[in-house]
Amino acid sequence: MAARIIPIRPAPSAAFEYITTKKDELVGWARKFSIFPYPFVTACCAMEFMAVSSTPYDTDRFGAALPRFSPRQADLLMVVGTLTHKQAPILRKVYEQMCEPKWVMAFGVCATSGGFYQNYAAVAGIDKIIPVDIYVPGCPPRPETVIDGIMRLQDQIARARHPILTKDF
Amino acid sequence: MDTAVLDLLKERLDTVHETAISHGTLVLVVAPAELPGTVQRLKSEFEFDLFLDVTAVDWPGQKPRFEVVYHFYSTTHRVRFRLKTRVSEEDPTVGSLVSLYGSARFMERECHDMYGIVFRGNPDLRPILLYEGFVGHPLRKDYPKRAEQPLVPYRD
Repeated sequence: MAARIIPIRPAPSAAFEYITTKKDELVGWARKFSIFPYPFVTACCAMEFMAVSSTPYDTDRFGAALPRFSPRQADLLMVVGTLTHKQAPILRKVYEQMCEPKWVMAFGVCATSGGFYQNYAAVAGIDKIIPVDIYVPGCPPRPETVIDGIMRLQDQIARARHPILTKDF
Repeated sequence: MDTAVLDLLKERLDTVHETAISHGTLVLVVAPAELPGTVQRLKSEFEFDLFLDVTAVDWPGQKPRFEVVYHFYSTTHRVRFRLKTRVSEEDPTVGSLVSLYGSARFMERECHDMYGIVFRGNPDLRPILLYEGFVGHPLRKDYPKRAEQPLVPYRD
């Protein structure tokens, strides 16, 4: 039996050739699915960061799985662990090296508020040094908490204004 | 075994003030001036070849205020012991053990950071865990518990 070739019907012209949206919504949609994190890992929360990065939790669903090991290529600064006063200048420098737009996640209770380190050595929350967009509590946070944090950050990015020209550019 | 070594130490070391066994560890107390000589003899005659740690204890209100605590181990006799010496707040100085044990270099720096004990003869007492410009010694009992010395100005 000879195979019959069924011709594909051409799409009617002018269908789906234009969409209308707002610039901020479009750029926000694109940015929220391409969060390249830079892990600034200082302490034991690193173990949970490794768990989050592993296959079962698949943060690539949110476009946030590819860590960049240069702050200049990253969008999201994940501060994972306790920040000491001795390290604070390094964090400040890393933050300043990141290009706009940039977001910061305080991963774990030490980065959020210092946790139980209220002493001469630790900074009681990285928000005393750099602005923070999303706080993930827990000692350490469960991977589900981190994923919730990433999704909330995505919502925040989607809702935000995305100016093409900023005061620095 | 421990008591036998302790008796031997007591018999042959004339510089030892007090001796005891605490939690199965030999404890000797010497005067600060006699410390380097005593350790020299312990290393050469009793083969305490491993220097484990040096730290200090702050006893507020006591005179002398600080107790500098050394731990040693002998890999040949498999005996460890603790050596203590007491120094005052006004002159918290003991001789360094750098010439006897190279590992004393960093441990004495840490003890100097935390308690302000001055190790005479240590060539490099810069901060090792703290940072340049840190005022005071955080593990002293009179250091305020919540005092911060930030290196980066706070945002607010």
